[in-house]
Amino acid sequence: MSLPPLVEPATELTKEEVARYSRHLIIPDVGVEGQKRLKNAKVLVIGAGGLGSPALLYLAAAGVGTLGVIDFDVVDESNLQRQIIHGQSDVGRPKSESAKASVAEVNPFVDVVLHTEQLTSDNALDIFRGYDLILDGTDNFATRYLVNDAAVILGMPYVWGSIFRFEGQVSVFWEDAPNGKGLNYRDLYPEPPPPGMVPSCAEGGVLGVLCASIGSIMVNEAIKLITGIGEPLLGRLISYDALEMRYREVKIRKDPETPTITELIDYDTFCGVVSADASDAAAGHTITPAELKGKFDAAEDFELIDVREPHEYDIVNIKGAKLIPKDRILSGEALAELPQGKPIVLHCKTGGRSAEALAALHKAGFSDATHLGGGVVGWANEIDPSLPTY
Amino acid sequence: MTGMAVTVHLPSMLRELADGAAEVTASGETLGELLDDIATRHPTLERRLRDESGVLRRYVNFYVDGEECRRIGGVRAPVGRSTEVMVIPSVAGG
Repeated sequence: MSLPPLVEPATELTKEEVARYSRHLIIPDVGVEGQKRLKNAKVLVIGAGGLGSPALLYLAAAGVGTLGVIDFDVVDESNLQRQIIHGQSDVGRPKSESAKASVAEVNPFVDVVLHTEQLTSDNALDIFRGYDLILDGTDNFATRYLVNDAAVILGMPYVWGSIFRFEGQVSVFWEDAPNGKGLNYRDLYPEPPPPGMVPSCAEGGVLGVLCASIGSIMVNEAIKLITGIGEPLLGRLISYDALEMRYREVKIRKDPETPTITELIDYDTFCGVVSADASDAAAGHTITPAELKGKFDAAEDFELIDVREPHEYDIVNIKGAKLIPKDRILSGEALAELPQGKPIVLHCKTGGRSAEALAALHKAGFSDATHLGGGVVGWANEIDPSLPTY
Repeated sequence: MTGMAVTVHLPSMLRELADGAAEVTASGETLGELLDDIATRHPTLERRLRDESGVLRRYVNFYVDGEECRRIGGVRAPVGRSTEVMVIPSVAGG
């Protein structure tokens, strides 16, 4: 069942626009009214990269009147294998500017709005408010959860696509869908994988043309939502395998356990994104829950320090751990409270914050300090299942 | 465990943990039993799908004939002879 059109029609199409869009206008389902809706539509594309490139070009060609582009990156030669909105002469140029020039060449009737800042919890709501629909083609989990939560808060629909090597996934999320079957990305994937568990395209590679396969489905869904035709992908996930040449469809249902989203959070923390310093510090200085248990069992003399916040400590803690929130360690304020001449083991929820604090400790001379990989959640999962996790 | 053979379809990301196979056949009446069976031959693969305490990982979804398994009992989700189990991991590439 189709959803009501997302966008009201523009008042008219000019003679030039009728000529340009004639192949749309003669499709009865689109027609002049559908084309006027496209003309009036404001669509924000997040990332002018692999998925954003074909998506922007086809949205522009289709006559979407206003296209927003968010990208703070510059064109690199390694992008050109798939990011077809950019060309050889664009290498070194901001992607947003390059995308704007290509869109102008495809369709001069499109207004392009550039957002060259990084999308953050501070600016996402203000940026999104100016649009009817969002296409999410970003390349990291933190931004994907941010896009989702901001769209949920604003009640906006968005088209989501994701790619890796020969496989892509695509769906439509709209918590406030007018058909009452609303859901969001967290109903599909409640939690991001731990950092390093799932390789990115930069680490694992991606077949260039896969971007077109998934990007074109995303644009198809955008056009359907804007004009109110067809069967939207809301509530369905398409998984595409280019090697098998097969599309599989599975149902997505509202998960009653998905928490209500009321505000934007720190998505780097949520996704366990750590700095280069932290990952350097953690290399060779990470112990497993089993190794920590071994230290307790052997009655080793060491200090376990929980670097989370007091309210998290109240939810669950490892017996014997001393609470010193990370920020007090990073600021140097708590360094005097750390034991001298005694091995220190740091832990947090899942290992991200403790790695940051570990880097600070190493710099302060506590060179044999380690941290617990997987944090208290790993401890609860592997060693003490009686503990709650959060 | 009875010998009901079920096809489990793997995403390419996890195939290297199953000697490159796109599908593995496993036996069991429930999703959990299928994973127990897989663990005997592909322990590393099984560990990517369930954590140390046997709980399904939250960033990997299992679909039993297109229905997400958390809805139908999680590891206790029943599987039958004609079932296809699909494993779809969370990816963020763009």
